[in-house]
Amino acid sequence: MNFTLRVWRQKNGNDSGKFVTYQIQNISADTSFLEMLDILNEELIAKGEEPVAFDHDCREGICGSCSLYINGRPHGPKQLVTTCQTYMRSFGEGETITIEPWRAKPFKVLKDLIVDRSALDRIIQAGGYISVNSGSAPEANSIAIPKPIAEASMDAAACIGCGACVAACKNASAMLFVAAKVSHLGLLPQGQPEAKERVVSMIAQMDAEGFGSCTNTYACEAECPKGISVTNIARLNREFISANLFS
Amino acid sequence: MSWFLKFVTSSVGRKFVTGLTGLFLVSFLIVHLTGNFSLFRADNGEAFNVYSHFMGHNPLIRVMEIGLVLGFGIHIFTAIYLQLENKKSRPIGYDKVDASANSSLFSRTMFLSGSVILFFLMVHLTNFFVPHRVTGKDVVDGTAVVNATKLDGSALLASDGQPIKDMYISVATAFKNPIYVAIYLLGLILLAFHLNHGFQSAFQTFGLNNKKYFPLIRFIGLILSIALPAGFASMPIYFYFILG
Ligand code: HEM
Ligand code: FES
Repeated sequence: MNFTLRVWRQKNGNDSGKFVTYQIQNISADTSFLEMLDILNEELIAKGEEPVAFDHDCREGICGSCSLYINGRPHGPKQLVTTCQTYMRSFGEGETITIEPWRAKPFKVLKDLIVDRSALDRIIQAGGYISVNSGSAPEANSIAIPKPIAEASMDAAACIGCGACVAACKNASAMLFVAAKVSHLGLLPQGQPEAKERVVSMIAQMDAEGFGSCTNTYACEAECPKGISVTNIARLNREFISANLFS
Repeated sequence: MSWFLKFVTSSVGRKFVTGLTGLFLVSFLIVHLTGNFSLFRADNGEAFNVYSHFMGHNPLIRVMEIGLVLGFGIHIFTAIYLQLENKKSRPIGYDKVDASANSSLFSRTMFLSGSVILFFLMVHLTNFFVPHRVTGKDVVDGTAVVNATKLDGSALLASDGQPIKDMYISVATAFKNPIYVAIYLLGLILLAFHLNHGFQSAFQTFGLNNKKYFPLIRFIGLILSIALPAGFASMPIYFYFILG
């Protein structure tokens, strides 16, 4: 397959950046999106040009490193997959593909398509944990957790923290990310002692980082590669309201 | 009080206030529409004039009117604040956005639909509130506001013997003018947009989203977003096209 690529190129955080157009030929339909970019980079290196910088690690859809805003959507045209699990067969022959970095005030572009997502880490540091004493592992069956609760918590825990929710949201809100963490920990008995403190601190950090507020367009849920549901945002709202007004 | 300020200025708290005032405004619309249906009585506007006199003079209603002004004021204030803050969160935008792939048009145009409703509200108040409560002069044709009469031509009086102003004739005059009819219909279409997203959105904001009953909330939102604007639209349509 052949494609025209419009790629955002930016030397560093101070550079203003611009789109550069590349032609790429003879790409197998079963090439992954990132492999296609690898092929482009090899061609660029052979020509003595600077390769395109992009984030990636596991390339199997589990680490949350890959990003890319492809043809107006985070992680490309297919639902429930990351960019690394997107294949060129999802595009049309000869299609022009526009590739941009995630855009949000807290996500500064570091180089080309790589943005600094450490704001998400700071939200986790603000409360996305449980405090337990170290030592030998406790007996697994000593705390009974109903199956539906465990399932709901694990569904939320599927969040890989890629930031697609922020990238998709017209307000660059990180609510789905925060909601996933708050639900994942708060639903389980081990997370409940710190539940109120957690939701208040994480929202405060989210606001301080400059993420926008949720207006319930639900674009995040539609674009999340892990299918995290916006019912988690409702839980977050509920917990935040009750932590502030009723405690 | 600082806990309260901290809550309402947080991203979630701001939305909570927008949602609460939004739902309060929906309840106002339902009452307003129900009362306005008296326009359709074939009694020379008597029932409607009695109703609008009551709304303008009953002390309890006057107190509730303050609540309504506050409701609108706070809703508009938080909405503008929300919009400005959210615009700041993405200083550099995307070149290509495929928003229709992941969200509804109604959800993305809440500020636009709200702004058109606000414009409509200004026109609406100058049409009826300002002439009857402030200037005493109709804005549409410039004539003085007159006292209402019954079908038999005798004066329409309130229970305390005061003459009742003829609001009905003001409505009829405004809705004979195609420009006003067009502004009203446009405002109501945008109200439908606003409610289509807003009603269910408020419940999500309060954290009341649950797989069991959320489909019902969405359905009620859909019905309200059609029925309320259609109910209000029936009035300019009736005066312009049927009584014409
Ligand atoms: C009769 C008049 C109105 C009614 C019934 C109404 C109702 C609502 C409701 C129910 C919401 C949802 C709140 C939430 O998601 O938590 C909302 C949100 C909003 N309203 Fe209104 N509203 C009205 C007038 C206005 C006006 C005059 C503006 C002026 C700018 C406005 C701007 C907004 C905005 C920006 C939002 C939030 C947008 C979003 O969530 O995406 N509304 N409204
Ligand atoms: S590279 Fe790990 S999820 Fe895509």
